[in-house]
Amino acid sequence: MSAIEQAVVWLNDPLNWTNPGGIMDRLGEHLSMSAAAVALGCLVAWPLGLWLGHSGRGGGLVLLVSNVTLAVPTLALLTILPLTFLGFGRPAVVVALAVFAVPPLLANAYTGVRQVDPETRDAARGMGLSGGQVLRRVELPLAVPYLAAGFRTATVQVIATAALATFVNGGGLGEIIRSGFGLSIAAGGGQILAGGLLVAGLALLAEVLLAGAERLVTPRPLRPARRRAARRAGNAVTGG
Amino acid sequence: MSLRLSYRADPGNPWFSWQYVRDNSDTILSALGDHTWLTVRAVVIAALVGLPLAVVAYWVRPLAGPIVAFTGVLYTVPSLALFAFLAPYLGIGALTVLSVVVLYALLVIVRNAVAGLNQVPPEVREAAEGMGYGRWGRLFRIELPLALPGIVTGLRLATVSTVALVTVGVVVGRGGLGQLIFAGFQNNFYKAQIMTATLLCVLLALLADLVLAGVGRLLTPWAARRAG
Repeated sequence: MSAIEQAVVWLNDPLNWTNPGGIMDRLGEHLSMSAAAVALGCLVAWPLGLWLGHSGRGGGLVLLVSNVTLAVPTLALLTILPLTFLGFGRPAVVVALAVFAVPPLLANAYTGVRQVDPETRDAARGMGLSGGQVLRRVELPLAVPYLAAGFRTATVQVIATAALATFVNGGGLGEIIRSGFGLSIAAGGGQILAGGLLVAGLALLAEVLLAGAERLVTPRPLRPARRRAARRAGNAVTGG
Repeated sequence: MSLRLSYRADPGNPWFSWQYVRDNSDTILSALGDHTWLTVRAVVIAALVGLPLAVVAYWVRPLAGPIVAFTGVLYTVPSLALFAFLAPYLGIGALTVLSVVVLYALLVIVRNAVAGLNQVPPEVREAAEGMGYGRWGRLFRIELPLALPGIVTGLRLATVSTVALVTVGVVVGRGGLGQLIFAGFQNNFYKAQIMTATLLCVLLALLADLVLAGVGRLLTPWAARRAG
């Protein structure tokens, strides 16, 4: 029986879905830790990015953060954080995932505010808005498409990275793949493949859904131009 | 009872220890060598496949969209899932790790090379054509040199992310320095081992990035002259 047939058989066994530690459990873990990580990342990166963009400083810092996190292996952060004050378990995993969510969120928030037409900003100033009001009422609404693009990149990346939480026994869909590897390729090939399909499917689904959401929050006149910009920002930030 | 057993001062679990590095230099060096060799092979293979692919995407316009879109979709696939797709066919070992990291590096290189080639100004292309350059002459003498900054950026990003990605190879037992990180975690959370391997990973990425940046500067002296 080929690995693909084995995978189909494995996925068709209802017990593999409903058992404790089955697909439904793992999916729940995967989604809850991803959601927590993205939320934490947004909480840190958005205010910082918006403020840096507003004040026009810290472009170098944004670049530095994304470059450094690119070089740090996920596995290293996942194994190091539980040994710090965070302790073993969920919080350490969530923080590790959040660290990798920060660069796209930060860079897009920064770019989103920076790309606002300086004349618009001047006009708002001229109307008597204070710095904080300019940020809240002018720059923030205009940056929303960029924030959405950053949110999409970060979320997809966190969902992908959360699969690695299994290495520190953090749960998630990666557990299915790793326990398959534990069985040896001959016996666990189907399970490995099925786990891979689940993880990849979840990431692609998130990508498609969030791309739709991104389109929804982007005002119609900005759409075509925005797509090009997103691609450019995406290339500059994630790259690898 | 426990007092009598603890006849030696608690050795502790420091974040870094030269003692560990000295005592295990063989293991560390072989892991580092494995990691470096995997990275070098991956980037070279990815460049050899990716650059011609980028030229095809540049020449045959209708193919550019699908090639870039396909690389985008493939990039969304999580690394562990890619290991899961390939391992049942390629088995446990270096071949699987190499294939996964080559695929990811390929995406980055193709995207950046296509972007670099597309940045060649149309006037330059027309001027080259007017001077009698053929398709290949124009590619090697005009377009590729002008696209070099984009290509080098792609190579740098691909190298840095490959160094980080190789560690995930622990799932098939060939993660280079990742092997040390994971073993350190499993063996009573030996911090010194985890930290040493992590630092070496980051340093390796940094060093490779600097080397490639230097090569890029040497290859494009006109860009440096313009900047400074």
